[in-house]
Amino acid sequence: MNIQLSRRHFLFASAALGGGLYLGLSPQRADAAEAGQLNAWVVVPPSGPIRIMASNPEVGQGIRTSLPMVICEELDADWAAVEIVPTLADAKTYGRQVAGGSQATPVHYENMRRVGAAARAMILDAAARAWGVPVAELSTDKGHVVHQAKRAPYGQFAAAAAALPAPDLAQVAVKDPKSFRLIGSFQPGVNNRAIVRGAQPYGIDAVVPGMVHAAFHKSGVQGAKVKSANLEAIKKLGGVKDALIVAGTDEYEGLAGGVAILAETTWHAQRARAALQVEWSDSPAAFQSTSAWAKMAAEAKGKPPGMPIHATGDVSAAMARATKRVSADYAYPFIPHVPMEPINCTAQVTGDKVEIWAPTQNPEPGRQAVAKTLGVPPENVTIHMMRVGGGFGRRLQNDYMVEAAWIARAAGKPVKLTWTREDDITQDFLRPGGWHFLEAGLDAQGRCIAWDNHFISYGRDGKFVRAADIGPRDFPAGIVDDFRVGATLLPLQHTTGYLRAPSNNAFGFVTQGFIDELAHAAGADPLQYRRDFLGSPRIIGDPKARGPYNTGRMRAVLDKAAAMAGWGRKLPKRTGLGIAFHFSHLGYFANVIEASVATDGTIKVHKIWVAGDIGRQIVNMAGATNQVQGSVLDAIGACMGHAITFADGAIEQRNFGDVPMLRNEQIPPIEVAFLTPDYPVTGLGEPAYPAVAPALANAVFAATGVRLRALPFDTSLLKA
Amino acid sequence: MKLNINGKPVEVAADPDMPLLWALRDVLGLTGTKFGCGAGFCGACTVQLDGEPVRGCQTPVSAVGTAKITTIEGLSASAWGRKLQDAWVALDVPQCGYCQAGQLLAAEALLRSTPKPTDADIDAAMSGNICRCATYTRIRAAIKQAAAA
Repeated sequence: MNIQLSRRHFLFASAALGGGLYLGLSPQRADAAEAGQLNAWVVVPPSGPIRIMASNPEVGQGIRTSLPMVICEELDADWAAVEIVPTLADAKTYGRQVAGGSQATPVHYENMRRVGAAARAMILDAAARAWGVPVAELSTDKGHVVHQAKRAPYGQFAAAAAALPAPDLAQVAVKDPKSFRLIGSFQPGVNNRAIVRGAQPYGIDAVVPGMVHAAFHKSGVQGAKVKSANLEAIKKLGGVKDALIVAGTDEYEGLAGGVAILAETTWHAQRARAALQVEWSDSPAAFQSTSAWAKMAAEAKGKPPGMPIHATGDVSAAMARATKRVSADYAYPFIPHVPMEPINCTAQVTGDKVEIWAPTQNPEPGRQAVAKTLGVPPENVTIHMMRVGGGFGRRLQNDYMVEAAWIARAAGKPVKLTWTREDDITQDFLRPGGWHFLEAGLDAQGRCIAWDNHFISYGRDGKFVRAADIGPRDFPAGIVDDFRVGATLLPLQHTTGYLRAPSNNAFGFVTQGFIDELAHAAGADPLQYRRDFLGSPRIIGDPKARGPYNTGRMRAVLDKAAAMAGWGRKLPKRTGLGIAFHFSHLGYFANVIEASVATDGTIKVHKIWVAGDIGRQIVNMAGATNQVQGSVLDAIGACMGHAITFADGAIEQRNFGDVPMLRNEQIPPIEVAFLTPDYPVTGLGEPAYPAVAPALANAVFAATGVRLRALPFDTSLLKA
Repeated sequence: MKLNINGKPVEVAADPDMPLLWALRDVLGLTGTKFGCGAGFCGACTVQLDGEPVRGCQTPVSAVGTAKITTIEGLSASAWGRKLQDAWVALDVPQCGYCQAGQLLAAEALLRSTPKPTDADIDAAMSGNICRCATYTRIRAAIKQAAAA
């Protein structure tokens, strides 16, 4: 046992978090052999179902199904019979546990294969010893070891296997992908049955004995603190157990100040909140105003950018020799995440120990923030990663975790904090808005020989706010030789954050709309112009930045989408096809949209054809196509009406009435095809989003001749 | 206050003004019914009263009276409900899944009154239920599959 422990300790200590190969064995698991635990992800008990750990947060992207599928494939267990068990947040054991950046698949895919294969190898080793036959004579089938006519379940060898040294992951044999039976098939989500019975707990469903329900009232203007509040009157209201002022911390994005109301139910807490009278301190965010920002952006146009981002060649000289120059101003607003499950967290503080039940996409920074704010050691914070009712990037920030923990400690009892939808919208970490003042120069053949982008976005202290940055090598850097991008930052106090395909979700609209304009200016077909723009197959970009990308792979999805849609076919009046492509989050996507525009300006999307390339293997066809369809419609929804505006420092929108979401009757058919060239397997939460809005704007242009350069679309421009 | 929930009589000690959503969730512990917007926009809190879909967040518990309440936890008691559940699972409708309780209760009411719904019927019946993940394509397909089952 001592030898085994040191071996396990070695495996753990040598694990490279977020990369490399690791079994996730931690030295604490001295009893692992007895439990049939072969590694951190695989438990084969002597009898009963094999258990596979699902160690990444599930936000609807299907990762608690797809990564266990990968393990199960290589373990050669019976998918229908395995039990999938969510783990705690424990990055020391499991590596990167983040639902973000479409990273879970590329980071974990190869390792999960080896984790499953290693467990299978240990079972085979134990079976060979038990049966006195060479390992080479054994095979496996659905969780059974097979030798000639003999067949025995894995569990029979589990205890012996768990006592064996774990194989070297770098050496362990994995399957030939041609023999995959599970990977690449259509597997419904492992929680589906519980979901349709109302039996699947989400964060908001956490129940801790003795807990009270909390509302947390903040001013809505960032940084404002409570000067006074009518707490005594609030405490007398029905169902209210307590009310207290949270002073908050002073740092940006620290614990916000406000009034916490603790009550018997969420409803009592919210009802009492309506009677709150609070005097707020002045806020440094009071200046925020959408109209003022628009004015600042307009004034910045024509002036040199406040900060250079990237330049190659000589843009001015190239513009001077251009046969034609094309200018266009693009703009997009702040948009919210509005996950369906409102922001919530349940917390219990006992002495210097904190237990958290949270719908989170990113638990480790939450652990650190809770530990820092409450002054407890990070290892004293236990985080249950509850199934998340939608993330879209909002729950990469863990502000609500800190709030719940703080309020629970102040209350001296477990607390479930639930935000209202109004809280969610007015206190979101918004996708930043922006403007792009673009100019391009075309040569006599219509080729783009110069590209100049003055990007206006938001910053604090001379730096981009979160998710507002443009990368120096972002498309089309590296394609147009004489290239320049610079930025001017507008002041912002409100929090911003990553929203599905951050930066790309807006840049795709801008670049692919503008390229369409260049195609028309050149008198070229928009598809052919894009082919020529991409040029010959090559690698472009900086590996350390948002790339690099392969223009050949991009060209392939572009051609595929065009072929699927029948690009170039004749269409009725005021109906058009639009095309666009975009690379983001390691994924290549192109789509064609057919849309018509009624005489009153109403846009109807008839159909969307999507071609994607995320490497050689789709893990789960069920989840994959769901992600693509969802991303595409998410982007359509943003075109049709999402915009957050500010007045007097605060957000003006309140609920879904002000942030209209797509509904059932607005949904076009979506055809999805995956190309699977021989490249590493990557993720799918994000890359299908960015090329959608421009394809729709380009379709509207084809239908009407009106170029939409701002999100959301102003359909009043489209009246016949 | 006496309620009938999923075929069983239930005694609930709730303020008469409390929305049924919160009586179910925070008083009775039936957390399958979801809070989404609190304002009747999204349909996440959809339950059925005497078989008709209503917004749990907009229905004071005192207004329920003797009406029979069906929540997602009781959906399996309906033959249409079971067909819908099977189709939802098989076609992998959910992404995050948070809205699906409301979607299913709306769909069950549709199929009970209109066993062979047209697309227009589905549009009309399902328009009040937002799916932020936009699983609408599969919701429609699953309703059709359940109708054909």
